[in-house]
Amino acid sequence: MQAPSIPPETPVLRLSGIAKSFPGVRALSGVSLELHAGEVTALVGENGAGKSTMVKILTGIYQPDSGTIAVDGVETRFPTASAAAEAGVTAIHQETVLFDELTVAENIFLGHAPRTRFGLIDRAAMLREARALLARIGAELDPAIRLRDLGIANKHLVAIARALSIDARVVIMDEPTAALSYKEIEELYDLVARLKAEGKAILFISHKFDEIFRIADRWTVFRDGELVGAGHMRDVTEGQLVQMMVGRPVDQIFPKRQHSLGAPVLTVAGYSHATEFEDINFTLHRGEILGFYGLVGAGRSEFMQALFGITRPSKGACRVGDRVVVIRSTAEAIAQGIVYVPEDRGRQGAVKGLPIYQNVTLPSLRRTSRHGFLRLAQEFALAREYTERLDLRAASLDQDVGLLSGGNQQKVVIAKWLAMKPRVIILDEPTKGIDIGSKAAVHEFMAELAAQGLAVIMVSSEIPEVLGMSDRVIVMREGRMVAEFAKDRMTPERLVRAAAGLADTTGAAA
Amino acid sequence: MTRLLTSREAQLGVAILVMIALIAVRFPAFVAPANLANVFNDTSALIILALAQMAVILTKCIDLSIAATLALCGMVAAMMNVAGVPLAAIIPLVILLGAGLGAVNGLLVWKLDIPPIVVTLGTMTIYRGVIFLISGGKWINDQQMSAAFKSFPRADFLFLPVLSWTAILVVVVFAVLIGRTPLGRSFFAVGGNPHAAVYTGINVGRTQFLAFVISGALAGLTGYLWVARYAVAYVDIAGGFELDVVAACVIGGISIAGGAGSVGGAVLGALFLGVIKNALPVIGISPFWQMAISGTAIILAIAVNASQGRTKGRVILKSAEHVA
Amino acid sequence: MSLSDTPHARHIPDRLASPLSRALKRWEVLLFLVAAAIFVINSFASPYFLDPWSLSDATYNFTEKAMIGFAMALLIIAGEIDLSVASIMALTSTAMGFAVTLGAGTPELVAIGIVVGLACGAFNGMLVAGMGLPSIVVTIGTMSLFRGISYIVLGDKAYNGYPASFAYFGQGYVWWVFSFELALFAVAALVFGVLLHRTNFGRAIYVIGNNPVAALFSGIRVARVKFILFLLTGVMSGIASICLTSRLGSTRPSIALGTELEAVTMVVLGGVNILGGSGTIPGVVLAALVMGLVTFGFGLLNVPGIVMSIFIGLLLIGVIALPRLWARARRRR
Repeated sequence: MQAPSIPPETPVLRLSGIAKSFPGVRALSGVSLELHAGEVTALVGENGAGKSTMVKILTGIYQPDSGTIAVDGVETRFPTASAAAEAGVTAIHQETVLFDELTVAENIFLGHAPRTRFGLIDRAAMLREARALLARIGAELDPAIRLRDLGIANKHLVAIARALSIDARVVIMDEPTAALSYKEIEELYDLVARLKAEGKAILFISHKFDEIFRIADRWTVFRDGELVGAGHMRDVTEGQLVQMMVGRPVDQIFPKRQHSLGAPVLTVAGYSHATEFEDINFTLHRGEILGFYGLVGAGRSEFMQALFGITRPSKGACRVGDRVVVIRSTAEAIAQGIVYVPEDRGRQGAVKGLPIYQNVTLPSLRRTSRHGFLRLAQEFALAREYTERLDLRAASLDQDVGLLSGGNQQKVVIAKWLAMKPRVIILDEPTKGIDIGSKAAVHEFMAELAAQGLAVIMVSSEIPEVLGMSDRVIVMREGRMVAEFAKDRMTPERLVRAAAGLADTTGAAA
Repeated sequence: MTRLLTSREAQLGVAILVMIALIAVRFPAFVAPANLANVFNDTSALIILALAQMAVILTKCIDLSIAATLALCGMVAAMMNVAGVPLAAIIPLVILLGAGLGAVNGLLVWKLDIPPIVVTLGTMTIYRGVIFLISGGKWINDQQMSAAFKSFPRADFLFLPVLSWTAILVVVVFAVLIGRTPLGRSFFAVGGNPHAAVYTGINVGRTQFLAFVISGALAGLTGYLWVARYAVAYVDIAGGFELDVVAACVIGGISIAGGAGSVGGAVLGALFLGVIKNALPVIGISPFWQMAISGTAIILAIAVNASQGRTKGRVILKSAEHVA
Repeated sequence: MSLSDTPHARHIPDRLASPLSRALKRWEVLLFLVAAAIFVINSFASPYFLDPWSLSDATYNFTEKAMIGFAMALLIIAGEIDLSVASIMALTSTAMGFAVTLGAGTPELVAIGIVVGLACGAFNGMLVAGMGLPSIVVTIGTMSLFRGISYIVLGDKAYNGYPASFAYFGQGYVWWVFSFELALFAVAALVFGVLLHRTNFGRAIYVIGNNPVAALFSGIRVARVKFILFLLTGVMSGIASICLTSRLGSTRPSIALGTELEAVTMVVLGGVNILGGSGTIPGVVLAALVMGLVTFGFGLLNVPGIVMSIFIGLLLIGVIALPRLWARARRRR
């Protein structure tokens, strides 16, 4: 491929005509991407748009089938991860990819540690340089402690220090704020500004439009492995970006619902755990969607998992219908009609490697089988009924769940629980990391379930989702319930202030 | 300081000392310097192989063929000796052979991505079979070996036999390799988080391959030392020794899941087993007890490892922070 | 990008490929062809091969190992392993031998064999499923412990003097050339095949092997399933030990040494993923036949046992390596 003309300003990194296929899947077809020094470029796209593949090509993990990579206008290749690192390209990943058993300094300098005359690692120099790097990003960490003793936010800082240590010119941040709390996110934004000032070219991958508009200078949109467009942030609106992402206009409107509460289904009184949560009380009704809002790590998932029998509470009682029940295992929770769609879909939800139908019928096997013996016809019938209700997109019911997109995997997990005909369904971050189309489908379905009399608990960290879906919201902070708002009293500001432990200036706590 | 006292190495060190002290109360001869040196010398092979195995286990692999490699290299060493090859050539050649056998394991793991347990289960039987093929199933015994061949590991040098000094040398080299070289650190990275290791530019397969080569080379060296020390070579020498080696690692706190462990732990794990083995006849217990005792030690060690490493869940409540 | 994004694929078919084309791609077909080829080669190599009685003798090469192999297959599919099976056999045999010295008869011996196997399995299960310890190291430990107890009891001695009626399990025939062991093998294959492929319990095994956390989050009692699998493996080891002891007529502490490797090899050769999650009982049955035929063929050619073990080792690595090499070669083209 020939460069048509000399651009006014040579980007630090330019990829053009990049294509990459995997058996049966075309991940990228002829996409281009430019990153400029001292600028943040936001890469936007739905799940499955090819963003992760792009990151892997940029960092030398994958080789493109065709296309060119140019650093400072000079064509080059990244045959290995080390080659990419030597060219100054480094990535900070969604899940922190570091090593628990090594020290902070070793994590920063793994692969390029300062050496002594004899070629051995110079520990003193390494600690000194690590301390200097950490100071540069404003992190107060002891470089000699082991990484496993740090929290996730601090691990991120170590990853960033590592990026600086190899004197990276291009820093890729793949959904860096996904697992961070409000305060930690603010600190990360400061850091991005600092990196920008140092002249780094930053590729910022995110699903959150507010942060894209806050920190990015340029945008690039991928859809279905193709480049849809690119430009300056000042020339684009949120609506335009969303439209480019999904290929159709999408209004963030949540399904309209008739608000009519039925009889109490689940009453939780004084639920407490030694280290995770304390004194949780609420009553859930038929047809209700109860939101649980809070910062990441506020103890919401931990409480839900106790309610579902994964862990056990130290104190407290639970009533399902009129009966007091003790839930000691997931099997007992399921027997009471309480089911849980976990946040960590890949690990706790879908059983990858097994076909869709077996995933759906998993908890219902007692019903589809006879005397403990499987009956495949019944299984397929049950799986068909619920996957079609959820509008699952799959080649066949015999297809491996692992081959589905995130949104469709989520549908399989939800179908699995609906097939149980539960009384209470707990959805933990039900739309996290899934594309906008599937998101709307999940929301619509939640509304439908509530209308049919199911009681829904929705744990969510997305304020629009909480506001749009919940009849009532409980805010948790540091393992405790700190506020509860009825539908008409919910505002974004109140939720955020309660979750952050700030005084409510609007005087509206319920 | 508290970390030092609760560390696996410290606990194990104390356990060994207590054990020796208890034996010494009834049998003072056991703690005579000459006898302790003898115990150490007797444990040298186990120490060397435990370190070799540690390198492999750190990278999330396991080498069950380590004793078969030892036996094959030992047989080749003995046959070279019988054929008149000088000792100065035999030692580097068996190390090279061991490295080559390790490389076979490593290549199968690296290039074909076959689970290490399957690879080394297979090569373990293959290597033993090869000994039979090259030796015709016959023994090479005392009389057939040259005096120089046999006496080298037993030769005294600064109060200890060469065998003991070899073990000490390997320990020192390993301490530097594991603690101070990029390769050593990458063992931890590959075993602790293989996915992340790729992103840091570490070639996971190649690192595992190198661990197998190191393991094989040390097994080769030990093969010569073993055959020379016991003055006999046949198909079944060091049969089942791979289990003792894994046991030493497990007792030494090296995580079978990879990515965690220390040189000190492996050495102490080997010494723990060595002291027990040497103490049994002293305190008048039949050597037939040894197998059951080391089995029990392995099980206790894993149980202790697990109880220490157990994640206690997240501490979210402020009030719980001081307790946890 | 993927199939899943095809607009409005409302109706989802049950299966895409036809049953026949799926069946032909299976590992078991390849194994069957290998078994058939070895059978043909053997029948040409030796005139004694096709004799019904010598074929019957050949079945002893795999019956005991396969009984353990079936249980081991379930365990490995569930993501665990039991390396102590040969030691369970030794301990079981020692217990039976000891009972003989106290005057136990055949029914008592059988009961002892099963109970000791069960107890060993329960011990492994308690450590792995109950305490959450890694099975590979736990069973390396119990491998030493169980056989170690045999050594403590027996030292360098042996137990003999089993009652005459006890000989039936390892030496008796049900009908014509069909030995008791072969019949037991067939029954075990059927029971384990149905258990794994036709029951809820079998489904749970696959789920646990593919994703133990999701299994727990789906209400499967993961620990209980694993515990039962260790019990089953213990019982099958006990039963195999009854057969072996009966066949040999004596017990030494070194009895059945190395059987765990052959059982694991058989299971992996049978197409069970050593990392868990997939595999079938018919595959293990075919693998047992392949290993038995190879051993028998080599025996007819007077090849020593240890050379056969080279072949088994090569087979173990080869069956996994060859498909991968093949796939790689095809990708290059």
